[in-house]
Amino acid sequence: MSELAAFALLGDVLVRATPLILAGLAVAVAFQGGVLNIGAEGQLLIGACTSTAVSLKLGSSLGPVAIVVALIIGMLAGALWAAIAAELTNRFHVLEVISTIMLNFVALYLISFLVRGPLQEPTKIYPQTSTIAPSAQLPVILEGTRLHIGFILAIAAGLLAWWGVRNTAAGFRLRLTGANPRAARIAGMINVERTTRNVFLISGALAGLAGAIEVHGVTFALYENISPGYGYTAIAVALLAGLNPAWVIASGILFGALEAGASALQRDAGVPSTLVWVVEAAVILIVLGTESYRSRRSRRFVAPELAPAQGAS
Amino acid sequence: METIAPFLEGTVRTATPLAFAALGETIVERSGVINIGLEGSLICGALGGLVAAGYGSTWVGFTIAGISGAAIALVFAIFVTTLRSNQIITGTAITLLALGLTGTLYRQVYGSAGAALQISTMQPMSIPILSSIPLIGQALFAQPPITYVLYFLIPLAWWWLYRTHSGLALRAVGENPEAAIAAGVSASRFQLGAILFGGFMGGVAGGVLVIAQVGTFAEGMSAGRGFIAIAIVVLGRWHPIGVAIAALIFGAASALQYLFQSMGWGLPYQLFLALPYLLTLLVLAGVTGRVRAPASLGKWEID
Repeated sequence: MSELAAFALLGDVLVRATPLILAGLAVAVAFQGGVLNIGAEGQLLIGACTSTAVSLKLGSSLGPVAIVVALIIGMLAGALWAAIAAELTNRFHVLEVISTIMLNFVALYLISFLVRGPLQEPTKIYPQTSTIAPSAQLPVILEGTRLHIGFILAIAAGLLAWWGVRNTAAGFRLRLTGANPRAARIAGMINVERTTRNVFLISGALAGLAGAIEVHGVTFALYENISPGYGYTAIAVALLAGLNPAWVIASGILFGALEAGASALQRDAGVPSTLVWVVEAAVILIVLGTESYRSRRSRRFVAPELAPAQGAS
Repeated sequence: METIAPFLEGTVRTATPLAFAALGETIVERSGVINIGLEGSLICGALGGLVAAGYGSTWVGFTIAGISGAAIALVFAIFVTTLRSNQIITGTAITLLALGLTGTLYRQVYGSAGAALQISTMQPMSIPILSSIPLIGQALFAQPPITYVLYFLIPLAWWWLYRTHSGLALRAVGENPEAAIAAGVSASRFQLGAILFGGFMGGVAGGVLVIAQVGTFAEGMSAGRGFIAIAIVVLGRWHPIGVAIAALIFGAASALQYLFQSMGWGLPYQLFLALPYLLTLLVLAGVTGRVRAPASLGKWEID
């Protein structure tokens, strides 16, 4: 392989890794806090569509500030989408696995409506938005590739989350709630409901940021299939990392390589790219299997306790 | 009348696969296991059923659909009943595995955009006399025969759960596995059986989609019906009759679009596509606080 091609492939891998790291962080932080958020996909989509809408409105008028505004809006929108699931969990004891999956489908149809309706490009031919202004696009950091500054943001978010979970009081509350909500409640030190809501908000914000960065760094427009299931792959990313945010960076890059490789394989050898889902599922199952084997040996409970099932309080 | 008839017919048609999947999941959850991988059984059943119906008869198609669904559920069962892994995460992995496997196999065999496998769908069969009942006759008794299988399965499931010794044992496992084991019930074996049955029913539900409704396969065509079925189990309060009624409510929500179209309301079609998912959220929010799930549902992990 020529040096140039190798360079481009590396860029591709890291470009793919960027949303996977951010969405993987969203899942890892949530799972650590005992919140089984399967809704990173929907939160990512909502982040992508609101930030696109903002950039289409303001992109050319605000200059470079527009990117910052768009990314923040994407985070807020993702957090807001997750807040729906948080309220359903706290107030109505709805199993968050189901509510977040339902919200994923609602987000998907909302985008389908937007790109065929209010946000459709002016010629009304393609089901997508117009391209956002160049000033609202994230700058490329590696000449000759598509690698944009969003990758650096993803690494920074990973390190920040790693530090936050380990060293802050909020991080301690998060881990304690995730380890055993009942004990946390009884100990009286922790408002479990508030912690759960905060976990949802942070998780949603990270996923929303992933969506905003994907639009502003890679696609530059919104369309229906903007995510090839990043939010679902993120579950495998987070589990392989043992829910540790620092390791999420590494496992995100690994899965980025897998996905970039899978699409190259499909292009060159005709191997279906859906094969990567099979690999991801195998990774999750292997992690579950070894975890159960290890905890059987040490007789120690390591997995975060399941949130109460429906109906139980 | 002209607007109501297609609405009622559509209600029963949409409810049929949901009822199959939810009835199976009812038995699974009664044993204390929540199988989020039900979606995976649906999609495996859809592909298995299509291929089998394409080469064999319709009923062979449904049988293979069920076996395909049970096969993927077996993987879930092994992790949950022998390793006692987290049921939610295992179920999510199973769904991902099934979507990946079916997508890969389908593209490999039929090409990603190439000629899709088409079969002729199972035609509705009118039952004499019953189908001439005003209003509901056509909706309930002029359906493809697979729907009629449900009419037998629902009371059968009720009878088995509440009137037989093994049904009682299964419910005991779901309430308190330790007590059931102490009473000499093999809890893990009951759960294994329940999961395989649930997988079979989920597979048949996928088979209904392709064999009785669409006639072809598309990647991800299960479209969250497995998850909706889980919400139906909650709404139906883990009771076969309640679950059947809940499935009809969800069928009605999907069929509303026929009613609105005939009334000429120009609402975006995506709203109707999103409606069952929104309804699931509303139902879970409104119902879950007031119903009691099997006491050990989803809780038996790494003992």
